[in-house]
Amino acid sequence: MAEQGTTRRRALKALGVTLGAGAFAGAISPIATFTEGLTLDEVLQKHYRELSADELARVIARLEAETRARYGAEVTIADDRPTEGVQLAYALNLSVCIGCRRCAEACFVENNHDRRTHNAYPRVFEMEQGTMDMAEADVTYRHAVPAEGHFYMPVQCQQCANPPCVKACPTRATWQEPDGIVVIDYNWCIGCRYCQAACPYHGRRFNWQRPELAADEVNPDQGYLSNRIRPQGVVEKCTFCLHRVRRGRHPACLEACPTGARVFGNVLDERSEIRWVLEQKRIFVLKEELGTHPRFFYYFDQ
Amino acid sequence: MTTESRGTPGHHVTFARFLWRAAGNATDGSWLFYAWMFGLTAVALVGLNAWARQMAGGMAVTGMSDHVSWGLYVANFTFLVGLAAGGVMMVIPAYLYRDREMHEVVIIGELLAVAAIVMALLFVNVDIGRLDRMWHLAPGLGQLNWPMSMLTWDILVLSTYLLLSLYISGYLIYMRFLGREPNPRHYVPFVLVSIVWAISIHTVTAFLYCGIGGRTFWNSALMAPRFLASAFVAGPAFVVLSLQVVRRLELFDVPEAAIETLLKIMRVTVVVNLFLLFCELFTHFYTGGHHSEAVSYLFFGAHGHSELVPWIWTAVALNTAAAAVLLGRPLADNRVLLNAALVATFVGIWIEKGMGLIIPGFVPSTLAEIVPYTPSLPEWKITAGIWAFGLMIFTVAVKLALHSMSGELRLAELAPKPDADTKEAA
Repeated sequence: MAEQGTTRRRALKALGVTLGAGAFAGAISPIATFTEGLTLDEVLQKHYRELSADELARVIARLEAETRARYGAEVTIADDRPTEGVQLAYALNLSVCIGCRRCAEACFVENNHDRRTHNAYPRVFEMEQGTMDMAEADVTYRHAVPAEGHFYMPVQCQQCANPPCVKACPTRATWQEPDGIVVIDYNWCIGCRYCQAACPYHGRRFNWQRPELAADEVNPDQGYLSNRIRPQGVVEKCTFCLHRVRRGRHPACLEACPTGARVFGNVLDERSEIRWVLEQKRIFVLKEELGTHPRFFYYFDQ
Repeated sequence: MTTESRGTPGHHVTFARFLWRAAGNATDGSWLFYAWMFGLTAVALVGLNAWARQMAGGMAVTGMSDHVSWGLYVANFTFLVGLAAGGVMMVIPAYLYRDREMHEVVIIGELLAVAAIVMALLFVNVDIGRLDRMWHLAPGLGQLNWPMSMLTWDILVLSTYLLLSLYISGYLIYMRFLGREPNPRHYVPFVLVSIVWAISIHTVTAFLYCGIGGRTFWNSALMAPRFLASAFVAGPAFVVLSLQVVRRLELFDVPEAAIETLLKIMRVTVVVNLFLLFCELFTHFYTGGHHSEAVSYLFFGAHGHSELVPWIWTAVALNTAAAAVLLGRPLADNRVLLNAALVATFVGIWIEKGMGLIIPGFVPSTLAEIVPYTPSLPEWKITAGIWAFGLMIFTVAVKLALHSMSGELRLAELAPKPDADTKEAA
């Protein structure tokens, strides 16, 4: 009797385990969509700063091929390095900014942002006249600008010299380049979003989904550390359009500004406009008390 | 090892047999046990499925956004670190004060730590955008940003605490399986380390948040003491409830004195917890200005948004009611009322150290925007799934531990003639 009982129990357990395993396999099966897009090369890819020139070339070739396959776009991904003796900084004249958000639109186009979320790095705050209190500001305004009794303050990554986001990152996936730009290796970021929690300026965005982008809207002129189309599940940020500024061009947001509110350049260059603004204007930075030392300065002209 | 000299096979054999017998023991039980485990498995699978979909479709399926970039997962993670640390309130009386009754059941606290840390780590994992890159955190292989990033500290202390708790409880169960008295030299030093470690896991987890200068709500030195105070409420509450279940199921003769000691501890911690909350609220509200905005949103809502108001008042009500019951002697003598109070404060702290702690860090945002957050259905499914899985681990682990103590889980050669054999003879 007892032996029969034991056998029956064993059989039931075996049945239970089989059914359980089946249910497990069924429950986890949707993950196939995630894993089939993954290649071993991608999973095992080294940190950007540890890649040899050859390895980086192979990585870039792979990324270009992936973009072709996934987005149907022919792109070139460059790896522009910082120039010695260059320290980049940005200044913004709040007296002339009219809040037209053309900077945001230019960023959207230049940096291959997700079309669904309409992400862009600069966000323009409509401020109440007479106060610098952000709690009184509106970032979602939808009316003709400039509106009476308001001024406008665009905020994007402040490229802090003492960046809390870099400190927070558990995998060193984000760091400050010698020219001052804080970058992310999108292929090293694990997507924990601790940097987003640490950033006091809302400078960082997460790819909650794979970015959506039509082939004819892709900007083919891309940089590994800047505007290439980001993978799902990683954090991204403003890089001062690193792929442009390291080739002597201006950031897209500056080029688009119709009022000339934006000034950008190498502060070590004594004849640069940025140097002149920093020396002549009464400049300030956002949240100075946090000790982040932004490279993004604001000033009023009048 | 000494086993050879005693004529029994070496550890590689006995430990394999131990695992085999433990697997059998873990899957054997009454109908009630099967029903419980079946129910938990079902919930865990629902969670697994929701997680697989989240991996495939991206974290857009959650209610999180760039403004509120951490939500229910990190909330549960934080609470569970506390629950894991809370088990130490059994370990301290048992080992530092040599409380004999507590010593008899202390393994429950250690197993709670194991289950809670496993859950906490799972909650971190489901919150990660690129799980395929987790190896970037591996020391040596990846690029662990230690000691700068507080997250790396947390990963290190949590994994170490898991290993410590696994070793201590595993050693005790295995020794009983062998029918041997555990050798204090082989585990008591680890127990002492684990006491300090329990404090450290919740301190480091608090530092994770309070080290962020840009978020006023978190940037408070009171964070770590508050974490510990609430951990020492939630942990003992869970253990006292578990001990009563163990007693009701006649798995072990639980000494009343152990329960009494835990309740005594709770009578202090439940008040300290409320007091520290009061201190925090005073600082925020009396100072006023921007300093109080997150707390205002949490308790009263702001700019037409009041998503967290029902949560936090529920928590405060539950914790205050529980404190009243625990401290009012005649009330606490009523077991039903007492148990209701334990459940209440457990839930109260889950809210306070979860949603009530994480979300106001993000609302209002660092640029004073109010973007609300409510967890999505997939987030709830995944959360329920992890809790179910954790309860399965806890159930099985406690069952194995108690059976090893009662002699039901013992090396065959040593086992006393169990009932089954007598039946077979009949």
